[in-house]
Amino acid sequence: MNDRVRVIDAKKFFGKVVALNGVTLSVKEAEVVLVIGPSGSGKSTLLRCINRLERLNSGEIWIDNDEVTKPKADIRKIREEVGMVFQSFNLFPHLTALQNITLAPKIVKKIPEKEATDKARMLLERVGLIDKADVYPGQLSGGQQQRVAIARALAMEPKVMLFDEPTSALDPEMIKEVLDVMLDLAKDGMTMLVVSHEMGFARAAANKVVFMDNGEVVETGPPEKLFTHPDMERTKRFLDHIL
Amino acid sequence: MATLKKSRIEISDGALIPEKDDSAVFSAWRISFFGALALIIALPLFSPEPYRRILLFLPDGILRTFEVTVLSIIFALFLGLFTGLGRISRIKVINRIATIYVEVIRGIPLLVQIFYIYYALGRIIKLPDITSAVIAMAVCYGAYLGEIFRAGIQSIPKGQMEAALALGMSRSQALRKIILPQTIKVVLPPVGNEFIALLKDSSLVSILAVSDLLRRGREFASKTFYYFETFTMVALVYLVITLFFSRLVALMEKRLHQNER
Ligand SMILES: Nc1ncnc2c1ncn2[C@@H]1O[C@H](COP(=O)(O)OP(=O)(O)OP(=O)(O)O)[C@@H](O)[C@H]1O
Ligand SMILES: [Mg+2]
Repeated sequence: MNDRVRVIDAKKFFGKVVALNGVTLSVKEAEVVLVIGPSGSGKSTLLRCINRLERLNSGEIWIDNDEVTKPKADIRKIREEVGMVFQSFNLFPHLTALQNITLAPKIVKKIPEKEATDKARMLLERVGLIDKADVYPGQLSGGQQQRVAIARALAMEPKVMLFDEPTSALDPEMIKEVLDVMLDLAKDGMTMLVVSHEMGFARAAANKVVFMDNGEVVETGPPEKLFTHPDMERTKRFLDHIL
Repeated sequence: MATLKKSRIEISDGALIPEKDDSAVFSAWRISFFGALALIIALPLFSPEPYRRILLFLPDGILRTFEVTVLSIIFALFLGLFTGLGRISRIKVINRIATIYVEVIRGIPLLVQIFYIYYALGRIIKLPDITSAVIAMAVCYGAYLGEIFRAGIQSIPKGQMEAALALGMSRSQALRKIILPQTIKVVLPPVGNEFIALLKDSSLVSILAVSDLLRRGREFASKTFYYFETFTMVALVYLVITLFFSRLVALMEKRLHQNER
């Protein structure tokens, strides 16, 4: 299969801080790639550069045949194709669950109200929240909010979904409901780049795990291999730390 | 759920906003409001001379005060919104202009501004007194409201703008559909308070030949020498009006927040 996302020698600095120090990785179509690594290793920055919430200092990022990083890139078009799910959900609190999902399709893709609403209901059904369509985010639990956030991203029919620690702000009993939705997506053939330390999810869904440290990719491999006998000493130390 | 924490803005005139537990029958607000109202009704009833005459003389002034206040707040809101947006603009020139405007205006007492604008404008163009008064009030309050809007916009968590951008919205779509609607809820109480403050400050324009409530009172008093009685009534009328609006602001705030949480 083709590479859907390609990151080539990406470098990103915040002042003197080196957030990405020459990262190269790729995600194939329908592949699920998990990114792990200690705090401050540049995982979020990597995702944020892919939909250009942050701009690289050097290097290239491609989504299919579109170069995200070239100055003249149609960035809004690219963002339509890249869904993003945040650690803190970032639902719009003044809109209902349904409105959260329909807003962007309506104003960005100019999809008619009726069609957008039908689609949104279908997505809510899919994440198991159809009965919460008219509820405001403040009245939803964290797990429910995150599922709405996933539905909101899916409504744009993205080619790739980026997840930045989607379950780390959740109480333990809510983690599973979100991971189940993500697993379902993975089975359905969605291309996913996921920052997460959920080993269960990694084993069940990930094709590849990438270990990052200090803005660099230290090691890449299939989950069984990387989790059980990693090649690099740094990976081993990190895994000892979190497992 | 530690997310989406609703930030509040400092309220400048906080004393006017009723407290949460202010629903008691003998709350401070009720005692002041109904006390003042009772006096306004009782004094003319039991002591018609001079209170009745005073009461009949004041309504024109009340209308004028409202006219100045409402016109000023409308212009000030527009000015304030643009100033607030200017203050967070990434375009340097706009940002600088907005900031200078705020700094300059906040550094000059309102009374001085009113005089200044009145006479400065007077050299170029002869405007009706009420127009000069409204311009002066709006220019001044535009700066204060600008700061409220800026703080309001900045109080919306950064993740909101990012989520909107990540969905493919343009910056201006995100502002209009995501940021400003949330800002309105946050700024409503402080804006309501500015409205009340403006209503009170509008008494300053009585210095120009605008026959607002205070000026009507002064006219009456200087004719009849009932200074104490007249200014008692004037004060009571201001008090009733401002207390009424402060309650209204509080109720509106409550309604706006009902949807969430
Ligand atoms: N906007 C920013 N301004 C300045 N420095 C930043 C900014 N964003 C990230 N950094 C720095 O870049 C480095 C990488 O941060 P990043 O958030 O990508 O790490 P992370 O791997 O996602 O960490 P975590 O697991 O804590 O989320 C850190 O040193 C961080 O302090
Ligand atoms: Mg992070």
